[in-house]
Amino acid sequence: MTDTLPKAPLDTPFGPGIDRVEGPLKVTGTAPYANEHTARRIGSPTHPLVGFMVLSTIAKGRLVSLDTTAARTSPGVRLVLTRDNAPPQNDWGPLVARDRFARSQPALHDDRIRFFGQPVALVVADTLETARAAAQTISATYEPETPAVTLDEKTAIIPPTLNGFKPTRTSIGDFRNSYAASAAKLDVTYETPHQSHAQMEPHATTALWDANGEHVTLWTSNQILNSAQKGIASTLQLKPEQVRIVGLYVGGGFGGKLPWFDDALLAAIAARMLKCPVRVAMTRQQMFTATTHRTATRQRIRIGAARDGHLRAIAHDALSHCASFDNFVEDTTTITRGLYGADAITTSALLNKLDLPRSDSMRAPGDAVGMIALECGLDEIAHTLGMDPVALRLANDTQTDPTAKRPFSSRKLAECLRTGATRFNWSARNPTPGQHREGEWLIGTGMASAMRYNLVRPSQAEIILSQTGHLTVRMAMTDPGTGTITILARIASEATGIPPDRITVTIGDTDFPPAAGSGGSFGAESAGSALYNACETLRLRLARTATTENGPLANIPLSTLSFSNASLTNGTKTIPLTQLVPRDGLTTQGSIKPGNEAKDWSQASFGAHFAEVAVSAVTGETRVRRMTGVFACGRILNARTARSQAIGGMIWGISAALFEANPVDPRSGQFTARDLANYHVASHADAPHIDATFLPEDEPVSNPLHIKGIGEVGICGAPAAIGNAIFNATGIRIRNFPITPDKLLPHLPEISL
Amino acid sequence: MKTFTYTRASTVAEAAKRATPAGAMPIAGGTNLLDLAKPELINPDQIIDITRLPDLNTVTRTSDGTVHIGALVPNADLAAHPLIRQHYPVLSRAILSGASPQIRNMATTGGNLLQRTRCIPFYDPAARCNKRTPGAGCDALHGPNRMNAILGGSPSCIAVNPSDMAVALRVLDATIHVTTAAGTTRTIPIADFHLLPGNTPDHETRLERGDIITGLTLPPPPPGRQVYRKVRDRASYAFALVSVAAIIDADPTPDASPHIRSARFALGGIATKPWRIPAAEAALADQPLTRDALNRAADLTLAGASGHGENDFKIPLARRTLTHVIAHTARNPIPMDPSGAT
Ligand SMILES: Cc1cc2nc3c(=O)[nH]c(=O)nc-3n(C[C@H](O)[C@H](O)[C@H](O)COP(=O)(O)OP(=O)(O)OC[C@H]3O[C@@H](n4cnc5c(N)ncnc54)[C@H](O)[C@@H]3O)c2cc1C
Repeated sequence: MTDTLPKAPLDTPFGPGIDRVEGPLKVTGTAPYANEHTARRIGSPTHPLVGFMVLSTIAKGRLVSLDTTAARTSPGVRLVLTRDNAPPQNDWGPLVARDRFARSQPALHDDRIRFFGQPVALVVADTLETARAAAQTISATYEPETPAVTLDEKTAIIPPTLNGFKPTRTSIGDFRNSYAASAAKLDVTYETPHQSHAQMEPHATTALWDANGEHVTLWTSNQILNSAQKGIASTLQLKPEQVRIVGLYVGGGFGGKLPWFDDALLAAIAARMLKCPVRVAMTRQQMFTATTHRTATRQRIRIGAARDGHLRAIAHDALSHCASFDNFVEDTTTITRGLYGADAITTSALLNKLDLPRSDSMRAPGDAVGMIALECGLDEIAHTLGMDPVALRLANDTQTDPTAKRPFSSRKLAECLRTGATRFNWSARNPTPGQHREGEWLIGTGMASAMRYNLVRPSQAEIILSQTGHLTVRMAMTDPGTGTITILARIASEATGIPPDRITVTIGDTDFPPAAGSGGSFGAESAGSALYNACETLRLRLARTATTENGPLANIPLSTLSFSNASLTNGTKTIPLTQLVPRDGLTTQGSIKPGNEAKDWSQASFGAHFAEVAVSAVTGETRVRRMTGVFACGRILNARTARSQAIGGMIWGISAALFEANPVDPRSGQFTARDLANYHVASHADAPHIDATFLPEDEPVSNPLHIKGIGEVGICGAPAAIGNAIFNATGIRIRNFPITPDKLLPHLPEISL
Repeated sequence: MKTFTYTRASTVAEAAKRATPAGAMPIAGGTNLLDLAKPELINPDQIIDITRLPDLNTVTRTSDGTVHIGALVPNADLAAHPLIRQHYPVLSRAILSGASPQIRNMATTGGNLLQRTRCIPFYDPAARCNKRTPGAGCDALHGPNRMNAILGGSPSCIAVNPSDMAVALRVLDATIHVTTAAGTTRTIPIADFHLLPGNTPDHETRLERGDIITGLTLPPPPPGRQVYRKVRDRASYAFALVSVAAIIDADPTPDASPHIRSARFALGGIATKPWRIPAAEAALADQPLTRDALNRAADLTLAGASGHGENDFKIPLARRTLTHVIAHTARNPIPMDPSGAT
């Protein structure tokens, strides 16, 4: 019999959760963000110069000339960078790439204008004010062409794949016949608008080259540092080792910092030319055009059901857009493929290539918008059948992924629905719409399921145990406010038995082992598993050292050993870890790669949303009164930050249902909301009491930590629950999101005197 | 933002004199001026800080019941002031419905009256706007105009005056006090203060170069219940789609329709200036609350209203909101103390 060290226990009671490790720095304003790096902090003798971008004011055409005379002679200006003096860069691409964030993305590279708000120049000066003033003296001459900026099936193409290389079309069963034979049928179209991430921290970069101009360090705000490293290196025709990306604090990402942007590239170019550190930050207005956004969608949803509620047929056909020069395809129909056990499910996608800025991931790409059509559609069918919406969902629950034809590794949708219904007091609901009125306000409730497929990405970690017993974690991971630093500390503590106060998590630097970064809810699983793996190796090394012939635990079987309180023990004999560490410390590595589990199992997080709204019968204003969300996402690493993720997603669901949209002016091709006064997200007064909980669950397959993604499931389905509640309140079904007062107004009852 | 000189004025006369040259501008809270100067929508070359001017920071009441409000009283303080809360709750409510606590802390009474429109093309340096560049054209007329005016506009401009405070001041018949560059003083009734755009939309108020607003006076409050209803896309921190400031004096008649003695109402969010139509008020004076009377009042208020596409909905929204506010207030009269005594 082989003697093996038991696995680290995964049941440390962390109770109501642990505080954010970096919380005090953030709330006291002392956590340095990308635009706040002083000369001292970056190790430069001189203070960073400041670059200000000049953006195009047409959406499509040719940049004929730029008049930069006044800017170049403005006091304090050091450089006016245009396509005339920009260094050679690689062309955009490749279009199809495994890692689209590692592609080459040149700027000031040719005379084509591809979207409104594309950088055409950078002015670098001693101060922000002088750079900005000089930038505003630059005038451009264009040969404009008419931009195509609206979704249109007639000009759409069938994309080869969807985001994540998922198939464009899927089909199980016989949709046509199943739909035709259905007792209840629905065939409607839902529309969702362009949305902007509008993170609190604008995109910003500080760049510094070494004395030879060979290596550059970029302090930037980005979610996947290793991809940015490769992409910027490729663009500037450098080797990745010549580019170091540092990004410890990220003031919100939501997918809008998965790509890197021209702030990073232009700061790097300017700093090299000027032999001086340069920083470039986007203004709030610039962020809305010079970065990515969530595509608008138009989704036809057809649902056929038997009289008993059994779903016979679902078809979900989605149109979205990407930039003319890009190939991102919103995977709008992903959840429809796997959520309900219908007899026939078909999905398809169409794509418009438009003269707009790039569309790309935004929190729960695909699912956040796709579940609006699916889950509102289900509500419509429930209403037609006269069936309770929760019962309809329970009746179609399945433990097998219907399209992938694989079992789910863990799926507690039914438990989430039942628990949510109880917590929300769903049974008190009047299913007939428009019956409950309190003065001016029509009250209604609605619900929706939540689902988000799980992802694991390659990740590595290194840990160093010093002789003093301090454990340092190193990985090029990021924490865009999600709480990653804190859970990494917890994982390391749980796995090694070293208390959290003797653990330092250092992330945010490509000098550390490459990590998955933060996105797609894969951060904790990927980085956390790599770290866990490094801890396992460390444990084994320590246990072996202890049990060697001359070791303090000689002849004691490994199988009897455990780690706790920074010690190794077999129950009777306890050895502090410090006694087992060589003078220069003990370093181990760990890694994770997606394995075969994904072929054998479908893995996803599930949940259920319940919402109560009040709709003014006079004005059509909707206010959410309360929400309940119940989620099952495997083991929860930190109850406190997990709850923040859930309520953040649900509040974003309120925004998506009621407020958020960035319409394009079809004449100019420009987004019309360019500041936070016009781009509405939920204010405090819009966020009511939110009851968010996680059910206890074990995820046996996905990863050694038994966890699943929690960052995005909270928004999935949340807007649909609110749309459904509005229907219950008013009897009005709005299929064009967001549901603003002007859309409800024509259908409201006469004013009562 | 262009480089400018910054100086502090220590007397009103000095401020008025220094603010006279073209390109000179007073700055109070700066919450509007700086947002416009950074993207060069306005380009002052001299900024005169008036926040240290003496004696413009108080709210006082004279023996005849008139209340005087200094131009530098912050929006937050004005809304919270006991005299205002007690006698002019419509003003408190209007102010508190606007912006955010941080902005209201900085914003001043004078600055609020002079805040510029939030029209989307006005805020877009790349768009055409007759307010910014007379004769350039208007990109709102056939463009993004969901927030724009249905009343008081012209082919040159359909920009809404976005102030909530000004709508309440309009229904309260405030008078604005000004010191001119020549050192003289004059008063302007709120009804005349904001100008319709016509074909000079760059000319927004009756103020002239160098004029400094020193404050405003409110006559004793008229009888009736005061309300401010702001319809907006989200619950807070959003400009009005439609707002109604109303003072309704009605007899509570438990079983029958209430009898309206007098009704005053001004609308915001829908017009190029705070919108008040005396004939519409007259249609309700000394009338029972009936649908006919309310329809007449709404017809008169909205006479000539026209939508421009995205903002068409404001016509029914304004009618519904106005109807509801008047009817609801008349049915629930909590009369103010008509004497105004504290
Ligand atoms: C994000 C945001 C949301 C907002 N939401 C709302 C809202 O919902 N409702 C609303 O009503 N308002 C809203 N506001 C506007 C806000 O009320 C105004 O910005 C504020 O009242 C302006 O006052 P201020 O003292 O800061 O003016 P400043 O910016 O200092 O000045 C504005 C103008 O007035 C001139 N000026 C100032 N004082 C005097 C004086 N005494 N004499 C002569 N000229 C003077 C200045 O030269 C300048 O031209 C919002 C503002 C922001 C930024």
